[in-house]
Amino acid sequence: MLSPTTDTDPIIRFDRVNKSFGDLDVLKGLSFEIGAGERVTLIGPSGSGKTTILRLLMTLELVTPVKDPDDNGGVIWVEGKPYSHMEKGGKLHVASERYLRQRRQKVGMVFQQFNLFPNMKVLRNVTEAQVHTLKRSKEEAESKARELLDLVGLSDKVDNYPNQLSGGQQQRVAIARALAMDPDILLLDEVTSALDPELVADVLGVLRDVADTTNITMLIVTHEMGFARDVSNRVMMFDQGVIVEEDTPDKIFSDPQEVRTQDFLRAVLAE
Amino acid sequence: MNGWSNEIASEIFPMVLEGFWTVLKVTFVAGILAIGLGLVVAIAEQTAPAWVRRPLSGLMQFIRNTPLLVQALFVWYTTSLYINPEWSAFAVGSVVLGLHYASYTSESYRAGIEAIPPGQWEAATALSLPAYRTWGVVILPQMMRRSTAAVANWIIAMFKEVPVLFAIGVFEMIAQVDKYQGLHYAGALEGYTIAGLLFLAASYPVAVATRRLENRLAKSHY
Repeated sequence: MLSPTTDTDPIIRFDRVNKSFGDLDVLKGLSFEIGAGERVTLIGPSGSGKTTILRLLMTLELVTPVKDPDDNGGVIWVEGKPYSHMEKGGKLHVASERYLRQRRQKVGMVFQQFNLFPNMKVLRNVTEAQVHTLKRSKEEAESKARELLDLVGLSDKVDNYPNQLSGGQQQRVAIARALAMDPDILLLDEVTSALDPELVADVLGVLRDVADTTNITMLIVTHEMGFARDVSNRVMMFDQGVIVEEDTPDKIFSDPQEVRTQDFLRAVLAE
Repeated sequence: MNGWSNEIASEIFPMVLEGFWTVLKVTFVAGILAIGLGLVVAIAEQTAPAWVRRPLSGLMQFIRNTPLLVQALFVWYTTSLYINPEWSAFAVGSVVLGLHYASYTSESYRAGIEAIPPGQWEAATALSLPAYRTWGVVILPQMMRRSTAAVANWIIAMFKEVPVLFAIGVFEMIAQVDKYQGLHYAGALEGYTIAGLLFLAASYPVAVATRRLENRLAKSHY
């Protein structure tokens, strides 16, 4: 299988990563690389491990440790440094919470259920972490927040509470909130799945803008195949925790090679 | 025993009122303990390492499953025997009552914390918020909305249990009626009636206020 080459060092590298939930092995020695600025869409049936990959990168889940990671892998690397693990005395050890907290600052995530803080107004949702995680001044954080809320078309909603907004508007606030942290990597986890159909276009429009105007590396889990085709450089088809097939969106969508990919796409497009 | 006497009632009223004042003071001190300690316990049960969490949960379980009267008597006698006989019944009684109810309020807080969608924690993690911000501005405000009414109900229940501390000599209303009876061989009917009415007069408005608060919180933004 041909993997499109990238001309820089990978920003994300999964090296034989395992993830189990109890007896269920979701990822079994998964390896792949993603170049800086790449937009990669992960597709596949539910339970295939796509969301787990994003959650591992956001440190919402931790990799299942492997004995002797220096030899056997089981490690996620980000920006050339171990991410799920940390180096101590020349050896890799499972990362501490403190290490993870510091490393994940360059990773942002937008969730299926938006997960805005309901007790904070829109503006505060976007400034809170800028001030308390990145230690920006309140003025700087607010001006950045207003700029981003303008970008997502919600500059008139800064003083509203999330529950006064539609789902699509909430998701756009969530996108602004993630972007305010200046992430190098943005994870999009089925960001339109919880939205009414008429609200999907606005959210995807905002994400297209972000893709066009920034060089943020994006990992996208979606069932919106049109969006995947427009935005991504590469599509990876997953099934049962392994990559079945990967290629450019044009190739995957018009000429999938694997039966499982063909079946999956037929099922999704029939929806 | 004779029937109701207005004369006795008017004589005993100031004494019962004084006892009622003591009840209010105990409620205030124990209430602060129950509200504050309960919260500390609830947070510790979520965040502390297992060697703190397990004994703490065990202790709370123990407190909830033994009678307040036994706890009050036990602490009263052991502190006066082994620690300091000078400690007042008011102080010891307030602390025991506060601790006893902290074991209940902590459960209400816990329920409030557990009712918060996991997505809130995940968003806080994704934004790398420091733990004190996650708790202080994300979790606790949302927990408060869910727990306030339940905690207020525990405080009302606690208020009604203050007379238990009569057993260790806190000079609340029953003690006052008892004293009057000892002197005059009368006054039980009048004294307990007045005590009951005072309890009702105090707890009814609080119960109504709690219900209003509950309704207002239900209409809030989150």
